[in-house]
Amino acid sequence: MGKETIADVNSKVSAAGRRNSLLQVENFNAFFYDKKIVNDINLSVEKNRVVSIMGPSGCGKTTFIRCINRMHEMSPGGTTSGKILLNGEDINRLNTIMVRRKIGMVFQRPNPFPNMTIYENVIAGYLLNGIRISRKLSNDIVEDSLSKAALWDEVKGSLNKRGTYLSGGQQQRLCIARALAMNPEILLLDEPTSALDPKATARIEELVVQLKENVTILLVTHNIAQAARVSDYTAFMFLGELVEYGTTKELFTVPKDKRTEEYLTGKFG
Amino acid sequence: MSGETQRKLNTAYLAEILGDEKSIGKRIFKNKLSGIIIFSISFMVVIPLGFILFYLLVNGVSSISLDFITKLPKPVGESGGGILNALVGSGIILIIALILSVPLAIFGGIFISEFPDSWLSYCIRLSTDILQGTPSIVIGIFAWVIAVVPPGHFSALSGSIALGIMVVPLVLKSTEETLKRIPHELREAAISLGVPYHRVILKVVVPTGIKGIFNGILLGSTRISGETAPLLFTAFGSPFMNVRIGKPMSALPLVIYTYATSPYDEWHKLAWGASLLLILIVFVINMIARLFVSKKEGR
Repeated sequence: MGKETIADVNSKVSAAGRRNSLLQVENFNAFFYDKKIVNDINLSVEKNRVVSIMGPSGCGKTTFIRCINRMHEMSPGGTTSGKILLNGEDINRLNTIMVRRKIGMVFQRPNPFPNMTIYENVIAGYLLNGIRISRKLSNDIVEDSLSKAALWDEVKGSLNKRGTYLSGGQQQRLCIARALAMNPEILLLDEPTSALDPKATARIEELVVQLKENVTILLVTHNIAQAARVSDYTAFMFLGELVEYGTTKELFTVPKDKRTEEYLTGKFG
Repeated sequence: MSGETQRKLNTAYLAEILGDEKSIGKRIFKNKLSGIIIFSISFMVVIPLGFILFYLLVNGVSSISLDFITKLPKPVGESGGGILNALVGSGIILIIALILSVPLAIFGGIFISEFPDSWLSYCIRLSTDILQGTPSIVIGIFAWVIAVVPPGHFSALSGSIALGIMVVPLVLKSTEETLKRIPHELREAAISLGVPYHRVILKVVVPTGIKGIFNGILLGSTRISGETAPLLFTAFGSPFMNVRIGKPMSALPLVIYTYATSPYDEWHKLAWGASLLLILIVFVINMIARLFVSKKEGR
């Protein structure tokens, strides 16, 4: 195993993934103006898995997942090259609106809509898009999404209160419910616990593990322990490159790249 | 750093520099003094307003009665009479001015807050700055040229056009400021749900900032409700009750102007009363606007 290079492993993983992969990233680069932020990434993600993307601050992990639902191109100077395939279809060929409905996102800081109630926040994807649904369906979606986000029992009596009335951890779960209401295939979590206390963090982590039954999760984190706790696969990014990608168990116990090992043992990052 | 210096820094030496209970007395005094100076200078700001209110109350309160706000003016020589026509006229002219200008101003404000770097935003910003500095009488002349000269007579509508032009920069600026303060995360939240851009603006950004926008409209209204110069040769004024916007119409500032410059004591009293009424209306609208802001912060 010692002789295997990172390229071999990556190609093995992606060959295995191609057969059953939901998301396939090929030779992908992302830029801000002339500056390359994400450099030649290849990886594939299978369905119903939790994939952590970890790395030190500024390594491009957030930029990378913002490319997956095409949010990166909204930023000034944001461009990309290479391919990201969702179920074999190039996301650049799909309409951005469809891409974002299929690939939901939760951000670093909880961001419920302050002018909406908890109920309206969950159903916001429908309200804001002007999609008319029956009251019954809407109620069902709200209950289902909040239950999946492990928030239903806490808020079922106060659905008409404003979303901002909840605590930080509850707000973040509300944002997860809001994303789940759109029935996405992939959920992108961009350091979802970085603004939360340890207790709220633990709840979100539990939730991530439960959620993989319904949805595939890409979790960006700079917290090594979090990646180890919740994910099936882990990707380690450094200076815009994907240094190593493999099952979490393997990556944490027998890292193949020296930089991965140094990061895991706390030599930098 | 030598051990000796280190020891010195840690103990008596620094204590001496930093001072004890007694030696900081001077600093406490300076602190109190600066507080007193700031308070008294701030208080001076309130004095002119206090004097104006005082004079208006002393001179105007005797003319304000139920008749004053429910009756029409009487001819010279007869006592009594009210300014109902001016009150109604001011309301109509103001509301039409807002109907004409507010949509423009809000969309302009949305545009420059959403696309701050485009050349059109540059033009809008420059022209609103200039418009804001334009003397109201010049705006009045402009309204006269475009809305009084062609039909050949004065009208309330032309007055509304003049006031509408004046209120555009105020509402536009406050809309821009409000929308700029709305966190970027909210837009991203909506975009990540697959919401198209125009819906993000109309359904998330504007509703979130609606209180600030409304506040700007209220404050803009108070600013223009006392404007006299642009109304002199547009709405012109009228001694009769008129609700048709194609005809000359009275307004509170016009009444004050006409009555105050007249030679009759009876009319002077009415002018004082109208002034007090105008400032009370401005006061009430301002209070409503305050209430909006404090509610927003309290949430």
